[in-house]
Amino acid sequence: MSKPKFAMYWSGSCGGCEIAVINIHEKILDVDANFDIAFWPVAMDAKVKDVEALEDEEILLCLWNGSIRNEENEHMAHLLRKKSKLLVSFGSCATEGCVPGLGNLFPVAELIDTAYTTLTTDNPDNIRPQTVTQVPEGEITIPAMKDRVHTLAQVVDVDYFMPGCPPESHQIAAVIDLVIEVLQGKAELPPKGAVIGAGHSTVCEECPRQRNVKAIKAFRRIQDVAPLDPELCILEQGVPCNGPATRSGCKARCPSVGAQCIGCYGPAEGVVDYGARLVTAFASVIDSRDPEEIEQILDGIPDPAGQFYRFNLADSLFQAGASAFKKNEV
Amino acid sequence: MERITIDPITRLEGHGKIDIFLDDKGDVANSYFQIPELRGFERFCVGRPIEEMPLLTNRICGVCPEAHHMAAVKAADAAYKVTPPRTAKLLRELLYMAFYCTDHTTHFYALGGPDFIIGPDAPVAERNILGVIHKVGMEIGGKVIQMRKFGHKVVEMIGGRKVHPAVAIPGGVTKILSEGERKEIEEMGRWAIDFAQFSLQAFNDIVLANQTYLDLIVGDIYRDETYYMGLVDENNKVNFYDGKVRVVDPEGKEFCKYAPNEYMNHLSEHVEPWTYLKFPYLKNVGWKGFTDGKDSGVYMATPLSRLNAADGMATPLAQEHYEKMYETLGGKPVHQRLAIHWARLIELLYAAERWVELVTDPDITSSDVHCKPTEIPTEGVGIVEAPRGTLTHHYWTDERGILTQVNLIVGTTNNYAPIQMSTKKAAQHLIKGGKVNEGLLNMVEMAFRAYDPCFGCATHSLPGQMPLEVRLHDQRGELMDVIKQYVD
Repeated sequence: MSKPKFAMYWSGSCGGCEIAVINIHEKILDVDANFDIAFWPVAMDAKVKDVEALEDEEILLCLWNGSIRNEENEHMAHLLRKKSKLLVSFGSCATEGCVPGLGNLFPVAELIDTAYTTLTTDNPDNIRPQTVTQVPEGEITIPAMKDRVHTLAQVVDVDYFMPGCPPESHQIAAVIDLVIEVLQGKAELPPKGAVIGAGHSTVCEECPRQRNVKAIKAFRRIQDVAPLDPELCILEQGVPCNGPATRSGCKARCPSVGAQCIGCYGPAEGVVDYGARLVTAFASVIDSRDPEEIEQILDGIPDPAGQFYRFNLADSLFQAGASAFKKNEV
Repeated sequence: MERITIDPITRLEGHGKIDIFLDDKGDVANSYFQIPELRGFERFCVGRPIEEMPLLTNRICGVCPEAHHMAAVKAADAAYKVTPPRTAKLLRELLYMAFYCTDHTTHFYALGGPDFIIGPDAPVAERNILGVIHKVGMEIGGKVIQMRKFGHKVVEMIGGRKVHPAVAIPGGVTKILSEGERKEIEEMGRWAIDFAQFSLQAFNDIVLANQTYLDLIVGDIYRDETYYMGLVDENNKVNFYDGKVRVVDPEGKEFCKYAPNEYMNHLSEHVEPWTYLKFPYLKNVGWKGFTDGKDSGVYMATPLSRLNAADGMATPLAQEHYEKMYETLGGKPVHQRLAIHWARLIELLYAAERWVELVTDPDITSSDVHCKPTEIPTEGVGIVEAPRGTLTHHYWTDERGILTQVNLIVGTTNNYAPIQMSTKKAAQHLIKGGKVNEGLLNMVEMAFRAYDPCFGCATHSLPGQMPLEVRLHDQRGELMDVIKQYVD
């Protein structure tokens, strides 16, 4: 009997998700034992034609990492959606746009203009990359960038979401175990749309640091206060730590080495808008009842857009992006 | 004009596309290696606080986030004019050496090595890490996994996370190493030295002892005479974390040596409309197109170029192998691109030796890990050697340390012009009179795989296997032949 089919694909991402999967080490042999790997360019000889030749939904499980940054990403997302029974939005780029989603704060033309006019760029003819170029010998092409970063779920229907930048390897291993148990009839799949491979609370809940609900009078930047007290809550030491709004699942890894949580596991369960929740969380530790003073203290956060939407901008309520710019400009 | 399109349409990492045009005789007239992606970090990092950069620029590349983490924090140190305490530098470099061991191991055994261990003509399905394990046995496969585990373990112990570490901040690090952790890291480091020596022995037994492979390495297909770049310490020995950038000319003579904040006097980036990636070159030689030689500003930045640009290795065992390599290949500089693999293993040994040096330094467990910046930040440049080439981050800030301008010259980008040239050369050797040699795909692939390309650090080729499609058209534009690999 043939084994169920597995696929993994990457689009506009950094490759960290792939490294995280490889970091499950020997566990990768379990994937091999229980699945036919139908398509996984990083690990084996895989062809798009093979995917196109599959029946619809013939791939049982497809892990997709990377955002939708250009037209080619979008094309592949539609193809793999059609061929996969279970499509998992794997990692922060696919799920919420991640750091490259901050590109949505600017019109795409500005991203391009900046790259080709830096101080070391020698560009007297003010050239920009063209989707179609006539070279002396003929015509050559590259894909067009989309007007903003999209998440996978903004482009196609997604079955499960697996957060993290990248997902921690122990979580990946746990998800693989679960799927294998499902195949063996020992477990059931979570409901469609569920977040898998993560916890159900916040990073604070798994952070061993002590919280005293000590209210703060000012936000401070980590280089101005380091080294932090190793036992106490980082936020209460005045450093903006994203733990209260961020989903658990990483074992509070960054706070374990004295650094603040930067929010890579995305919104905690039940949170509609990550940034809104974080503002509320910060406001709640501020030692003031005066709205003006609270606002003043919040002004101590030098980059609100980056602080509150570092990973989540493309998936946030307002999404930013070119459409927002167009509205303002027209 | 006839055209051959080598189009890797499947993977975005390693997303590159090569168009080769043939002349009337069916020989190669020109080729274009295109990179189809841009994410715009230089724009959207503007407005962010400088201490965020080691975290944000990690996300440029998840294969070498440690390199971006270090270049970014060094640029931030420079902007604040702050010197981190000695222990902070030791910890940063220790994390970085463990990363290097992991990364170079991955490349040799999973990416570049299979061509040699399994053979360049072996079936595609066997030329991968599993094929390597089948060939050399599970015992060695287990060692490879162990090396990767140890490297990532150290990155996690010091940096917080195995991928995208979080520990470096302007002025130092946030982590104090305990004696227990130190001992554990020392044990792993000693194991890593053995592993690196074992790997060099394997290279000797499998590759150098095989005349066919040796011919391939020293032959002409993979040879270009360019300038070579690498970071060196005060004794002109290879260094990955700190020092000055030294460039030697195609004859091996020092062409320039510059401190990080002088890089703009030496580097420029050329733009072509048919690709998203720029082509860095030596400004004081000039851009002469995709051509090698002393008059062309094209340079290479890889393990081999670092060895070419330096006077030796700073650790004893690596130095022995350094001398052996140049003796075997006929002296410095070595122009043969496939020797990059050998140089990479010598660097693996250096990184492991340096790992042990650092972790046995009496200062490594000191609690003096941070120096508070007191100056008003302005502008700073940070340079490290990423495994795939010299990595330069340059930031300008306002008086609060908020970024106003960002310039990045990223690892593989340095090698874009040489890769374009190497692939063209491979094509020229393999396509004659309109006939495409069946070996073309893997031979072209080997040409860029040696560089361990990580395109734009947005689109790197983790497996080193590019999906390729060669389309041969006749002069009326009709399709004559298609050769494919990893694509439909």
